[in-house]
Amino acid sequence: MIQISKDSMPILREQDVVPFRNRVRELATKIGMSLVNQTKLITAASELVRNMLKYANGGKVLLELISRNGQTGVRLTFEDQGPGIKDIDLAMKDGFSTGKSLGLGLPGTKRLVNEFSIKSVPGEGTTVTITHWKNGR
Amino acid sequence: MDRIPILKMGPFLLVTIQVDLYDRLALNLENDLITMVSKTEAKGVLIDISAVSIVDSFMGRILGNIASMSRIMDAETVVVGMQPAVAITLVELGLTLQGVHTALNVEKGMELLQNKIGLNLLNQEEYQEPADDTDL
Ligand SMILES: Nc1ncnc2c1ncn2[C@@H]1O[C@H](COP(=O)(O)OP(=O)(O)OP(=O)(O)O)[C@@H](O)[C@H]1O
Ligand SMILES: [Mg+2]
Repeated sequence: MIQISKDSMPILREQDVVPFRNRVRELATKIGMSLVNQTKLITAASELVRNMLKYANGGKVLLELISRNGQTGVRLTFEDQGPGIKDIDLAMKDGFSTGKSLGLGLPGTKRLVNEFSIKSVPGEGTTVTITHWKNGR
Repeated sequence: MDRIPILKMGPFLLVTIQVDLYDRLALNLENDLITMVSKTEAKGVLIDISAVSIVDSFMGRILGNIASMSRIMDAETVVVGMQPAVAITLVELGLTLQGVHTALNVEKGMELLQNKIGLNLLNQEEYQEPADDTDL
């Protein structure tokens, strides 16, 4: 895998969400990602920053353009030092929420992007990484 | 100002969302609309989201809230002009806009509302969904 560019953004307040989404759109546009795939990626990214703000008081996102096997894509890593998630399998289920919400963010995000991984240590924090390729495959 | 203008058109309220909503703006809109529906006794709310490029679960919830609160006050809500990419994404995300009707554009949305009001007046019991009403 080759890293083409790298950048990071702190997400500390709800006002950071729209500029962050715009930054993701810029990257996706740069590699010529189609509108539908851009929309999927940005919506997924939006869900993850919201979780970061809601459950972990914010965190930071690493934004990368990468290339693998001749494919280019956007990789985003969401890192927070929040309370972590006790049961990841449960958190990944549609409808599970400790925030009286719809519980769609994590499972929905996984459906929207090509690659999804989540690591969480209770008491230390949560890291979610998503990758979406230019052609969405 | 952190507010989106709401236009009154006869028995309907029309809102055109021109920018990607940040949270404060969305919550203000929710409150303003509910207040306006109760004050004007509007029978329908049209929300034009043709300029909105991202609808995430937060935004989806706001639209759902507007619809259910309006319904309590006897008004129907129609979301018009959703971009195809947004519609595709919402389905994959798993978000169903409960109680929210959708239409292609403002004109079609008006028609839908007019039908609904007509039907509501004609017959409260045998209420039927018009054929062109697509619930997402
Ligand atoms: N960054 C995080 N830190 C700690 N807990 C998290 C984090 N992200 C998610 N969670 C936990 O996982 C649960 C599921 O998250 P998910 O985004 O799927 O649903 P939600 O945020 O509760 O609802 P929705 O996203 O539909 O509004 C959350 O309720 C929360 O308990
Ligand atoms: Mg969430």
